[in-house]
Amino acid sequence: MTALPDRRGFFGEFGGRFVPETLMAALNEFESAYRRLRRDREFRRELDDVLSDFVGRPTPLTEARKFAEVCGVGRLFLKREDLNHTGAHKINNAVGQALIAKRMGKTRIIAETGAGQHGVATATACALLGLQCVVYMGEVDMARQELNVFRMRLLGAEVVPVSSGSRTLKDAINEAIRDWVTNVRTTHYIIGSVLGPHPYPMVVRDFQSVIGREALLQLRKKVNRLPDAGVACVGGGSNAIGLFHEMVKHPSIRLIGVEAGGRGPGPGDHAARFSGGALGVLHGTRSMVLQDEFGQIAETHSISAGLDYPSIGPEHAYLQSIGRIEYHDCNDGLALEAFHRLSEMEGIIPALESSHALGWLMRNPMPNAVVVVNLSGRGDKDVPQVAAHESR
Amino acid sequence: MNRVESLFRSLRKSKRCGVIAYVTCGDGDTVRFVEELEAAGADAIELGVPFSDPIADGPVIQAASQRALMNGTTIRDLFTIARAVRERSQIPLIAFSYLNPIMRYGMDRFANDAAAAGIDGVLITDLPPESADGTFRKAGLATTFLLAPTSTGARIRAVDRASRGFVYYVSTTGVTGTRSDLDPALITRLAEVRAKLRNPIAVGFGISRREHYELLRDQCDAIVVGSALVRAIEEKRSPGEALRGIVG
Repeated sequence: MTALPDRRGFFGEFGGRFVPETLMAALNEFESAYRRLRRDREFRRELDDVLSDFVGRPTPLTEARKFAEVCGVGRLFLKREDLNHTGAHKINNAVGQALIAKRMGKTRIIAETGAGQHGVATATACALLGLQCVVYMGEVDMARQELNVFRMRLLGAEVVPVSSGSRTLKDAINEAIRDWVTNVRTTHYIIGSVLGPHPYPMVVRDFQSVIGREALLQLRKKVNRLPDAGVACVGGGSNAIGLFHEMVKHPSIRLIGVEAGGRGPGPGDHAARFSGGALGVLHGTRSMVLQDEFGQIAETHSISAGLDYPSIGPEHAYLQSIGRIEYHDCNDGLALEAFHRLSEMEGIIPALESSHALGWLMRNPMPNAVVVVNLSGRGDKDVPQVAAHESR
Repeated sequence: MNRVESLFRSLRKSKRCGVIAYVTCGDGDTVRFVEELEAAGADAIELGVPFSDPIADGPVIQAASQRALMNGTTIRDLFTIARAVRERSQIPLIAFSYLNPIMRYGMDRFANDAAAAGIDGVLITDLPPESADGTFRKAGLATTFLLAPTSTGARIRAVDRASRGFVYYVSTTGVTGTRSDLDPALITRLAEVRAKLRNPIAVGFGISRREHYELLRDQCDAIVVGSALVRAIEEKRSPGEALRGIVG
């Protein structure tokens, strides 16, 4: 298989660079800085040091025996991205891009955030590296992820509420792009998922691919074999690509991405792009997009802010189109059930995002199989929301 | 000849700076606004297709898009409006859109239906020239691509090659919207860019005052006025009067 994306940033027919002209120079600059730095020994050492001494990598691979039994899975291993500093996989990419931004001489960082995890990770990386940080966040998400808003402010970031549209992740990205168009000369935009114009889907994937590399090594030590399946939740798709990237080349591994099934299959009630979406362009990339018959972007719903987005990373769309990854969805109720089960049975409170991967597994037994689930984040941030939801 | 191309040819011949007026389709009575704007001195009209996620637009045009969508406007209204204008006027019409609504409609189908409705040119904000094919050109439409203060020499050449009719120069790094002052580097930069172009050049983004027009009228082939007119519509004032206030 040839390396993707191609020179123009496409994964098959997906991906590319569909942005206003003002940003083209900055994207070219970012791409060439990245291509140079990823081969630069000093840069790689600096990144490795930050990942081990600050982020806390490698993260453990924990076997979940009791939960495996409930699911009907042979052996279940959780890749513990929840144990990263700041509590999710997002930090892997945030520190990587912040280091590049610094080398490019940018002094100001902007980011969007849905669940707040990417915003917290970016604010943390900026505090570490002495960069100014502005995070755009939809008002709906600010209400349901209040704790993360407070964390970002503690870390010295400015959090800008976004009140347009559905006031969630999609609208936060719109505002971040508008900021970037305006301040492009001094500012680097740290996109938090495998989304956006080329080279973001490639850069974010590369920084997150450490998840799958570690998991395969750890699994070899524990069971001396490849897993039979990898499962991860998919919003934009960065934690899933992070787990899958090293697994894609092994055809024996079944790969499953789990989207947000929300309240049900009706328009506006979910964020399941493969069952409800069509080919489109949103936020600079061509992929599967939830939209109406006239090309207006649809509203989405998920109990989990991090999965509440109408498009999906272009590499996911490509891997789905060639049949390498299967995508399913898990609804709000089932995700909540998994949230409780894992907490009670294994002593691990998962993020609502990751709970979708676990919820799907609860309904899809794989007896005798060795399965790795990416536990992309911890659920502390979701506790107040779940408590409020259940006292209703 | 295509109406956009002949407009710029005659502007060059008469050494006059043309005026392009932007309105969002479906935000009020668009056909009447076009008439008013033509009477107030507009040489061409940009018909904006409303989109749910207009990343290149500031608050004024965002709000207009939202109002138009709430009114039930779809891409089909662009054609209805163009046909209605064509019954009475030969003013050049340029469709101004984001890519997704056009992709969803079908690029070929859009090109043919636009040409049939009397539309003369297309400008898609988030479609850079390297991602465009010859679809619009084949249908006889003028194709305009954007240049920005950040565009490099190589990009200026690529945009010029891909454009037919005119090139649209974005006056400043930023989104659409009225501004009290233009970018101080604009005039110098504009001269540099213009010297490299084969195509005529129109300048837009932020042009909202008479002094902006006075400053630019000898520096480019046309100016584009958008948010100042859309705001007039929002405030139930006449967009024609607003345009006269700037270029009259």
